[in-house]
Amino acid sequence: MRSADPVEAAPAAPAPPDAEPAGQRPWSLYILTALFAAVVVLRGPLTRLFDTPATQTWATVFVSIVIQATPFLALGVVISAAIAVFVPPSFFARALPSRPVLAVPVAGVAGVALPGCECGSVPIAGGLIRRGVAPAAAFAFLLSAPAINPVVLVSTAVAFPGNPEMVLARFVASVVTAVLMGWLWLRVGRADWIRTPPRPDLTGMSRWAAFWSTARHDFVHAGGFLVVGGITAATLNVTVPQHWLTALADNAWLSVLVLAVLAVLLSICSEADAFVAASLTQFSLTARLAFLVVGPMIDVKLFAMQAGTFGRSFALRFGPATFVVAVVVSVLVGSVVL
Amino acid sequence: MNREAQSVVLFLLGGAILRISATDVYLRYVKAGLRPFLIVSGVLLVVIAAVTLYREVFAPARPLGEGDGGSSTGAHAPAPGHAPAHAQAGHAAAHAAPHPGAHAAVAGDEEAPAPPGAAGNDGDGHAHGHAGPRVAWLLVVPVFAIFLIGPPALGSFAASRGGTSVAKQSDYAPLPAGDPVTLPVLDYASRAVWDRGASLTDRRVRLTGFVSPRPGGGVYLTRMILTCCAADGRPVKVGLSGTVPAGLPADTWIEVTGRYDPRVDKDRANDESIPYLAAEALREVTQPTQPYEQ
Repeated sequence: MRSADPVEAAPAAPAPPDAEPAGQRPWSLYILTALFAAVVVLRGPLTRLFDTPATQTWATVFVSIVIQATPFLALGVVISAAIAVFVPPSFFARALPSRPVLAVPVAGVAGVALPGCECGSVPIAGGLIRRGVAPAAAFAFLLSAPAINPVVLVSTAVAFPGNPEMVLARFVASVVTAVLMGWLWLRVGRADWIRTPPRPDLTGMSRWAAFWSTARHDFVHAGGFLVVGGITAATLNVTVPQHWLTALADNAWLSVLVLAVLAVLLSICSEADAFVAASLTQFSLTARLAFLVVGPMIDVKLFAMQAGTFGRSFALRFGPATFVVAVVVSVLVGSVVL
Repeated sequence: MNREAQSVVLFLLGGAILRISATDVYLRYVKAGLRPFLIVSGVLLVVIAAVTLYREVFAPARPLGEGDGGSSTGAHAPAPGHAPAHAQAGHAAAHAAPHPGAHAAVAGDEEAPAPPGAAGNDGDGHAHGHAGPRVAWLLVVPVFAIFLIGPPALGSFAASRGGTSVAKQSDYAPLPAGDPVTLPVLDYASRAVWDRGASLTDRRVRLTGFVSPRPGGGVYLTRMILTCCAADGRPVKVGLSGTVPAGLPADTWIEVTGRYDPRVDKDRANDESIPYLAAEALREVTQPTQPYEQ
């Protein structure tokens, strides 16, 4: 690789005027050191706080969400950094149809090619937009990739041995939702809702320097929001009792809504959600389909990561819209296929 | 959070992940199959941290600072070398005050590091364009949790909150040889509930799990099953009839030998059936290396 070549300036993201001149505040390191000293000093009270069953379970669930997501997040930021540094924008211009209306379904189906769960696809979608891919197409990819890749489809088939049509229903409903959301963005989306955070300025850097710098920035950034989502999901996990749900399972319409909301709250990895759905036997198959379609597209962890990657005003609009479209599509597909 | 501190936090997180995957501790949180990926990503994080930190310290002749091309960034070339100039201002009270440095024109000086746990910062931070660096402080939370708390595997608290999870299998092959035959708790429960114990009659089985309280008195032998991580952990419960010592504390790991008992409980959480085992012998054991099944 021509590692000595300077990288051309990133074309896509508009430069915010208040970009961070990091490196100018060496006290970050002092604060970090002081923080560690404080935690070591307060170790006794801290460990006592995490000595009750509820707080221990909270900590276990929180740590496991972060641990589970880290390999996928690392894969995602490496791909995203490679897109930013090594893949010329002209590649995407050739690979995707030039008309966004056609690029959306192509990008949606291309999600099949990314084996992983939803944590990795957020930085990748951000990287695609910075590289000049139409946001609508990048969002279709963002929504479909975690739901329709081979790993997830196989685990769905394993979880529902008696209902192979569940795999088909999940695939169809996820692709349709992703494409509809892409087209919806083309119709009503506004570019100024998206606000990608400042990224390291790569101008004049060697390719590898730019690669490492981007990978670090993207990881601490998306990882920070992963922690926000993990804290939220772990808190809901230990506070919302499951038997509340059982009472609502008998009403056909309500049950769909309940499982869709549960998918948002639990923030389960898309490779695992089929097994959880399979265990919710008191709910109808259509309700469980909604659980499988909504979960990989929008949950509290993803909402935090999307808000961090694309901006809060984007996430506040895109998240609820995704939820509504996913639920409606799940009911329609479920009534035909299941 | 500045670039050096970002590298340090990445290094710590990578180190924490390598540490738990070097021993069996990671099995409390995720499935065994994830171990190679954990090791690869832990090494990758450490490498990213080392390479970027090396560049900050030994290759400071970078043309530009971090930031998407703000016109002022070019003036701040030396990154790590000027610490003494800021040192006296660098403590708690200082970051809210305007910083008297040469780069005061840049809005970045208002960055206020968030204490870990202050989750409310994320949205607000973004409005000022500093979400990335600021939210990065939260990455110290999992590092502290792993190194200081070391949360245990899911136990009776999680088991009592979740409904028993008994997957139906397509067919039930005859039990393997052995007397008693050692079975996964999930396998026993599935045969007992969906096959009505047909493949269990006249056999002694041995199950290992932890004690969780039964509503209304008594105990369940419970094992959590995991698909990806502890967030999707679900309990499988088996009631114990026969000779069960009173006063077994919750979360005690036990090994029970017994025979199929057709009695069934309904789990309050999800109306699923909880099968029974007529215990003939029970002894306390240490927690298995693999605390979860499946």
